[in-house]
Amino acid sequence: MLAFTIKRLLLAILVAVCVSATAFVLLRMSGDVALAIAGEGAKEADIALVRKTYGLDRPIIVQYGDWLARTFRGDLGESLYFKTSVASLIADKLPVTFLIGSLSLLFALALSVPLGVVGAVWAGSWIDRAALAVAVAGQALPNFFFALCLIMVFSITLRWLPVSGSDTWAHYVMPTIALGYYATPPIMRLVRAGMIEVLGSDYIRTARAKGLSPTSVVFKHGLRNALVPVVALAAVQLGFLLGGSIVIETIFALDGLGYLAYQSITHKDFPVTQATLLLLSLIYVLLTLLSDLLNAFLDPRMRVA
Amino acid sequence: MADAVAVQAESAVPRLASPLRRMAGNASVVAGVTLVGIVVLLALLAPLLAPHDPYAQDLGRRLVPPIWHEKGTWTHAFGTDNLGRDYLSRVIYGARISLLIGVSVMLISGLIGTLLGLAAGYFGGRTDLAISFVITARLALPLVLVALAVVAMIGSSLFVVILTLGLLKWDRFAVVMRSATQQVRSLDYITAAEAAGASHARIILGEVLPNVFPHLIVVATVEAGSAILLEAALSFLGLGVQPPLPSWGLMISEAKNFMFFSFWLIAIPGSALALLVLGINLLGDGLRDVFAPEGRA
Repeated sequence: MLAFTIKRLLLAILVAVCVSATAFVLLRMSGDVALAIAGEGAKEADIALVRKTYGLDRPIIVQYGDWLARTFRGDLGESLYFKTSVASLIADKLPVTFLIGSLSLLFALALSVPLGVVGAVWAGSWIDRAALAVAVAGQALPNFFFALCLIMVFSITLRWLPVSGSDTWAHYVMPTIALGYYATPPIMRLVRAGMIEVLGSDYIRTARAKGLSPTSVVFKHGLRNALVPVVALAAVQLGFLLGGSIVIETIFALDGLGYLAYQSITHKDFPVTQATLLLLSLIYVLLTLLSDLLNAFLDPRMRVA
Repeated sequence: MADAVAVQAESAVPRLASPLRRMAGNASVVAGVTLVGIVVLLALLAPLLAPHDPYAQDLGRRLVPPIWHEKGTWTHAFGTDNLGRDYLSRVIYGARISLLIGVSVMLISGLIGTLLGLAAGYFGGRTDLAISFVITARLALPLVLVALAVVAMIGSSLFVVILTLGLLKWDRFAVVMRSATQQVRSLDYITAAEAAGASHARIILGEVLPNVFPHLIVVATVEAGSAILLEAALSFLGLGVQPPLPSWGLMISEAKNFMFFSFWLIAIPGSALALLVLGINLLGDGLRDVFAPEGRA
């Protein structure tokens, strides 16, 4: 387990370095950074001055090393649009995104685990088919369209929920549903497949033969084992939800990292775009690392490779 | 001799026909082919089917309601948008953009991902290690954010969106092709081909690829659907296809400000997107069942 952990940790660090370099180069290649800082219509001399003060005339490798060193010290630079430090901006928005991500994941789990269990216990029944149909239909629905439909029903027609903002719990209801719905199908399929496999195994037959109640067999003996791979998938899904919340946050004007990233992109505020890109990638790397280690911890067979 | 040929032909027919027959008997495949077929027909026959020019503005007839509203008329069955353009014609022409995106992104990302996956699965060892690392790194980058940033930097156009998504979305192709190739790699006919002295390229193209092809078809279908949804999302956020092109995602974005009184402007292109992607996903699910019944989940 220790060797596995170290190996995975090294891989994660390597990926993190690779991703940070991509984030840096991607946004540097894009165009003249000096022009973006100096502003549209700046004079040639001003741009040259900016290039000199910000060190943009140095080789890109040196600039990357410099940026990485400053990032490690927590100095992510200054936002060109918001005119504050990027670090404080991100610290401000991160909790909202984490909240919406975790709520969405909880929503997805609350929906997918019961559906998966029911689907497996009565495989092929109408409930199973209906659950699968809902999952298949859900994957086809564009998330921004789904979000707008929610707004139409719950805000405009019924007037139950606020359209946008992030002040009260009511502001989080629709974004949670709109975002969490997309993590539901994969988790449901995994729970269903896992339960079908577990319920067909020998120890479940033994449990049934012992005369245990069907509820005890399904939940205590079956679900506990079928949920092992779900834990790891949930961690990865959380990463996808955090990275993918940009569309949902923008629609509901939720003041989180995704909305910040969108604003920074439309305002060509490259230090903020760079920082959010880096942060979301690193969170994903961390979550997959966690998921791998959890998997290996729960199931020793996973410790190879 | 003639008898032998006849027997051969007879035994060959069911082998070829059986996947097709199983497809025709699979409800998902039939439903998927029907839905996608309708959209393909709309796209191909757009000039014949569209009642009006999708770009022609008529500012005197803005936001005309569709036929199922009290004031709707057959002149504009789906009504008109805020610039007075016929909505039915725009939706029909929009099918072309979605299909173009789906197919071209699938081809670009499919080519990259398949090559990487085949190489990793076939050669193994260090090649596999390096390619797996690239896949892991790519997966760590949040797709929507990177695509938005790149499109915003280069300048948004249909071509840029296709290229960006194509160069980003190869990960699932690579993952699936890698594991499919690994499974085929250890089989006897590969060893036999190696023993017969066939070159790597010949084994990969002649032996491995045909045998992992069913997996490739299934991923390609699902990925085309996902590319269509991504383009719609980018266009919805204003960083995808640019006006006045009738992209379904862009149409929803343009209708956002009128959703209070004219929700049909959002519902129509939204439903069109959902039905097309549903059709594609049903096709993918059905094909998976036909090709690999044991992998059903």
